[in-house]
Amino acid sequence: MTSPTDSVLRLEGVRVGVRKGPTVIDEVTLDLRRGEIVCLVGESGSGKTTTALSAFGYCAPALSISAGEIVIDGDVIRGASQFANIRGTEVSYVPQNPSTALNPSMRVVDAIADTMRSHTKDDKERHAKALEMLGRVGLPATAEFGRRFPHQLSGGQQQRVCIAAALASDPKVVVLDEPTTGLDVVTQARILTELLRLRDEERVAMLYVTHDLAVAAQIADRIVVMYGGYIVEEGPAEEVLRRPRHPYTRGLMAATPDHVTARILEVMPGAPVDIADRPPGCPFSPRCALKVDACETTFPELELKGPNHFVRCPEWVRTEAVDWAGQVAAAAAEAADLSKPVILDIADLSAEHRTRGGVVVAASGISFRLRQGECVALVGESGSGKTTIARVIAGLHPTWSGQLLLEGEPLAARARARTREQRRRVQMVFQSPTDALNPRHSVGQALARPAMALRGLSRKAAASEVQSLLEAVRLPSRYANRYPRELSGGQRQRVAIARALAADPDVIVCDEITSALDVSVQARILELLLDLRRDRNVSLLFITHDLGVVAAVADEVLVLEKGLICESGKTSTLLANPTHEYTKQLLHSAPSLFEAIGAWDASEA
Amino acid sequence: MSTVAHSFRGSRTVISGVLRTNGGRIGLGLLVITFFIALFGGFFAPYSPYETLGVPGAPPGNGHLLGLDFIGRDVFSRLLYGGRSTLVLAGLATILTYSVGGLIGLVAGFSRSKIDPILMRSVDILLSVPALLVILLLVTGFGSGSLVLVLATSLVLMPGVARIVRSATLEVSTRGYVEAAIARGEPTRALLLREVLPNISGIVTADLGLRFSWSIILIASVNFLGIGIQPPTPDWGLMISENRVVIGSNPFAIVAPSVVLAMLIIAVNLVGDAYVRQLDRSSGSE
Repeated sequence: MTSPTDSVLRLEGVRVGVRKGPTVIDEVTLDLRRGEIVCLVGESGSGKTTTALSAFGYCAPALSISAGEIVIDGDVIRGASQFANIRGTEVSYVPQNPSTALNPSMRVVDAIADTMRSHTKDDKERHAKALEMLGRVGLPATAEFGRRFPHQLSGGQQQRVCIAAALASDPKVVVLDEPTTGLDVVTQARILTELLRLRDEERVAMLYVTHDLAVAAQIADRIVVMYGGYIVEEGPAEEVLRRPRHPYTRGLMAATPDHVTARILEVMPGAPVDIADRPPGCPFSPRCALKVDACETTFPELELKGPNHFVRCPEWVRTEAVDWAGQVAAAAAEAADLSKPVILDIADLSAEHRTRGGVVVAASGISFRLRQGECVALVGESGSGKTTIARVIAGLHPTWSGQLLLEGEPLAARARARTREQRRRVQMVFQSPTDALNPRHSVGQALARPAMALRGLSRKAAASEVQSLLEAVRLPSRYANRYPRELSGGQRQRVAIARALAADPDVIVCDEITSALDVSVQARILELLLDLRRDRNVSLLFITHDLGVVAAVADEVLVLEKGLICESGKTSTLLANPTHEYTKQLLHSAPSLFEAIGAWDASEA
Repeated sequence: MSTVAHSFRGSRTVISGVLRTNGGRIGLGLLVITFFIALFGGFFAPYSPYETLGVPGAPPGNGHLLGLDFIGRDVFSRLLYGGRSTLVLAGLATILTYSVGGLIGLVAGFSRSKIDPILMRSVDILLSVPALLVILLLVTGFGSGSLVLVLATSLVLMPGVARIVRSATLEVSTRGYVEAAIARGEPTRALLLREVLPNISGIVTADLGLRFSWSIILIASVNFLGIGIQPPTPDWGLMISENRVVIGSNPFAIVAPSVVLAMLIIAVNLVGDAYVRQLDRSSGSE
C-alpha cells in the first residue's frame, strides 16, 4: 500500500529497554510518509517519547535500542556514527520546552544557522537562509528580529524558532515532542496551523508526540496509540477517532474533557501499567472493562481490523462507540440555584505584585460571588492573574485592595490575621502534585495536622478522621502510613484534596490542580470533586486554563484577560455563545475532539 | 517523637547511601581512622608529648617511630595528641557557624520582607573582607585564645552558610505544602521546624562537611602561622610550622602531621561528595 519511495521513516519491530532490565517499548512498527503527520498519543509512561526519540537512534540514559530496524528514506541506519550523521540533517527534533531548548546566549539567527553547518560552510549564506527560515515559520524575516536573544521572544515565538531550526537543514523527518504543551491555547492554535501549512505546502513529514487527543484530531493524518510500551491501535486519524476499536483508545477519548460538550467524563479504572511489572497477557487487561479470561494469559497481536486500522485487541468488536450526545449537559443540569446563600463575596478586588522594579497590577476590578455548593471557574492564560486571585482568597497574597467577604464577614489580608474559623472555612489545593505534600510527613500526618490545628480535634479523633478522609478521596486506608514519594501524581493530588477536606471547609480554591495530570487521572479527580460538592455541599473556585475542564465541572465561568474579567456567565451559555472578542478567540483556538469528529461525520454525510 | 524517628531513619539511609560509592567507602574509612587518632590517639601515646627525650631532630629509631622534633620530643606521641585541638576547635567553629549563619539564612529566606535584604547585605560586607585578614585582625586584637579562634573562624565561614541556607529556604518556602501551612495559620516556629527545616536538611548536611573541612584548614593555617594555639601544646598545624628547622635531619616531623591533616580533609570531602551524590540520586528517582 505504501510505495517504498514515499516512506521517509520506518520503524520495524523496535525494542528499547534498560540493559538487562525491563523493556520500555517493544514491537514498535510504524511508517511515516512524505507530507504526512503521524501522531503518537498515550499517557505518561506509555512509551511515546521513547518511540519518537528512537527515530533518530537516541535513547534516554541507561536505555538502549536492542532490537528492530530504523529505516530512513530507504536506508537502514545502524550504529552510533550513522545515527550521528542523520541527526539534524535527515531527522531533526523539536523538544517540548522551547525556553530551555534555545541557547540563551545565542542570537536566534545564529541558533538557526548553526543547524546548517553540514550544508554550507559559508557563514553569509547560512545567515541569509536562517532569516528566510524565520519567514517560513511566520516570524518577521528581518535582520532586527534575527539579532534578538531567546529571552526577548515570547514562548510561541521561541517554539517557532525551534521549528525553524529543525526545518533549516531540509530534513526528511521532523520529530516534535509535545511542542505546544507549555503554550497558551491561542499560541498553540497558531503553531498547529503553521505545522499544517508546512505539511501541505512543503510536504514535511512529521512525527508528533502528544497526550492531547483533541490536538491529534486537529493535525494528524494517522494516529498511533500507545499503552505500556506497545502500539495498541493505529490507523487514519478519522478512522481511529470515529471508530476507536481498542478499549484504551475509547477510554482516553471518553475521559478527555471538551468545551463543546459539557458532559460528565467517563473514568477508566486502575492505574497505568508499570513497565517493570507487565501482566503476562494484554498490558491493558487489569483496567479493561471488556476483559475475558484469555486476555490475562495471551498477549494479543496487532491485527488489521478495518481500512488501514490496526488494533491489538481480540475483543475489539465489543468496544462501544463514545456516546457524546447522551452525556451532554450532565454538569450543566445542576444549574446554579440563586436561592442558595452566598459564601464568598468579592467586590472590586485589585491585587498587585510589589517587586524591586515597581508595582505590577496582577488583577483589578474583580467582582464575583460564590454560592454554597456552587462551582465557579476562573479561566485565563498564564499571566492573566488567576493564581493571584486564588492566593488573595487563601490569605497568601497580602497586597490587595477591595472587598473580600466570607458570609458577610470581611477577611483579613494575611491568613494569620484571620480567625481560626475563617481559615478553616477557606482551603486551597495547589497546582503541582510534586510539591503539594511535605516529603517528610506521612499521608496520615499531613491529613491529621489541619484537622487538629483548625478543628481542634484530639490526636485520636484526628487519626480516625484520617481514615474517613482517605475513604472520601478513594484511597485505601493503609495509605496513611505512606510517604509522598511512594504515591503517583494523581494520588498525591487526592491527598492534597483530602488535606483541604480535613478542615471541613465551605470553600475549596483549586488552582490548576489537574493540569499536570494525565487525562484519565484528571477525569477521576474531577469526578471526585463533583461528588464532594454533592455530598458535602462545598463550594469550589476552580482555576484553570482548560476550557474543556470548565465545561466538565463549573456552573459559572469568569474569563480573565490580563487581570480583568472580560466576560462572565453560566458555563453552558457562555461556552455556546461567547460575546467578548477574547472569549471567542479562546474558544475558537481550543481544540475539540467532539468538533473534529462532528466535522468528519458531516463531510461523510 | 515523630521527628526523632525521621532523623533516625534518615541517618541510616545517609550512611548506606554514602557507602554505595567507592569514594564514600574510602572517605568514611579514612574519616573513622583520623577521627580515632585525633580524639583517642593520646591514650596510646608511648611518651609524653611535652617531655624532651633526646637529640633534637633525630631521625626514626631508638623506639621513636617518627623520630624526635626540633627540641627533642617524640613526634609520634605528639602526632597522636595533636589532632584533638584542631578537630574540637573546627567542630565548635562549624557548630557556631551553622547556628548563627543558618539562623540568619533561615530568617532572611523565609521573611519575604525588608529583613531579607538588610540581613543579606550585612552578610555580604563580611564576605568582602579576606578571610585570613579577619582572623589575623581578631587574633592580634583579642589574643590567641581558643575562644577567639573559634569565633574568628565562624565569622569567616558564616556568610557562605547564610547564603546557602537562605537560597534553600527561599526555594522550599514557595512549595505547596509550606503555603498550605501558612494558609492554615501555623506559627512561624512550626513553619520553620516542621515544613522548612526538614526539607533543607539534605543541602545543609552536604554543606556542613565542606564548612568543617574549611574550618580545619583555617585553624591549621592559623596555627601554622603561630598566632593560634601556642606552644608547647601539640597540634598538627603548629607541628608543621615549628619543625621546619629540622626538615633536613627528620623530615617525618613535618610529613607525618601534614599527611594526617590531608587525610582528614580528604576524608571529609569524600564523604561530603558521596553524600551529595546520594542526595541527587534519591531526589532524581522521585
